Formats: sequence, structure tokens, C-alpha cells
Amino acid sequence: MTEFLLGAAGLVLLTVALGLVRVLGGPGNVDRTMAAQLLGTGGIAALLLVAAATGVRGAADVALGLALLAAFASVAFVNSAAPEQEATGKDKPDQQADE
Amino acid sequence: MTAALDIFTVVAICAGAAFFMAGSVGLLRFPDSLTRLHALTKADNLGLGLIVLGLLPQADSLLGGLKLVAVWLLVQLGSATVAQLIAHALRRRGPGT
Repeated sequence: MTEFLLGAAGLVLLTVALGLVRVLGGPGNVDRTMAAQLLGTGGIAALLLVAAATGVRGAADVALGLALLAAFASVAFVNSAAPEQEATGKDKPDQQADE
Repeated sequence: MTAALDIFTVVAICAGAAFFMAGSVGLLRFPDSLTRLHALTKADNLGLGLIVLGLLPQADSLLGGLKLVAVWLLVQLGSATVAQLIAHALRRRGPGT
């Protein structure tokens, strides 16, 4: 079972790393952020698999931290990509109404 | 009983890895940002969910199993929120963001 879990961790990490090609080519920064987020989720999955395979319980805690950081990274990106009027709070009333 | 649980683990983890593969391929092959976002969230929710489900029988204690579920729930919450935020930013700024 240990070998299978480690192999699955490697496979997940490999496929997710393949998705990082989108960081190089991706037309917009949104695509790059999405590739980074996929890497975050894949890293969490690989860490959980490694934790179960090797019996190192700390790896699951690292996965928990990675989950938090991946969410924060994307939220920070969306904040930085927000239009100026939204950042300064000068939204038009009809735009605020649908939020 | 142990063998049945092991088979369940293998099947669920293989399915989860397949979803991660589908997410990567979708991220690379889909034509625009919104469809890529769709592929990404499937990998997040289903891929990680199936892997966590497969690891649950291997957890050595109740606390360990609960921690696995907590990780999955946190990722669920985070990825759902981020998907909405990214889609919103895309709609505001157009596809060139």
C-alpha cells in the first residue's frame, strides 16, 4: 500500500506540474493564477498521500497550511487585479446593487 | 475486511488522480479563461475529494480522519470563493486580465 500511495502522489504532482505550462503561455494573468491554484491543490493532495504512506503526521498539517495559503494567494491576486474605482470604493450604485 | 478497504482506497485514489489529470489537461487545452476555470474547479473539488475519501480508511485515528476531512472542506470553501472572485474579475475586466 505504501508504494501505491507514493506512486499516486508522484503521479498527481507530475500532472499538476504539467499544468504549469499554462504559466508560461497563458494569455492573461488569470490563467497563470489558475495554474498556480491547481498546483496548490495538487500539492495538498500529494502531501496527504505522502502523510498516509510514510506515517509522518506532520505532513497533513503542512497540507492544511498550504490550503490556507493557496486561497489567500488567489484572493490577493483578485484584489490587485480589481479596477481602480472598485479599489477606492467609488462604485456606481447600479454596480453595487448586484453584489 | 482489510483487503476490501484497500481496494476501496486504490479505486478512489485512482479516480482522484484521473480528475487531477483531467484538470491539468483542461487547463492546457480549453479555449478561454472561463472554461479553464470550470476545469480547474472540478479538479479541486472532485479530485481532492476522492483522494481524501480514499485515504479515510487508511487513517490511523479518528482525529487523523477528521483532519483529512477538514483539509478537504477548507479547500472546498477556498476554491468555491476563488472561482467566484476570478469569474467576477474576468467579467469586469474582460478576457485580457
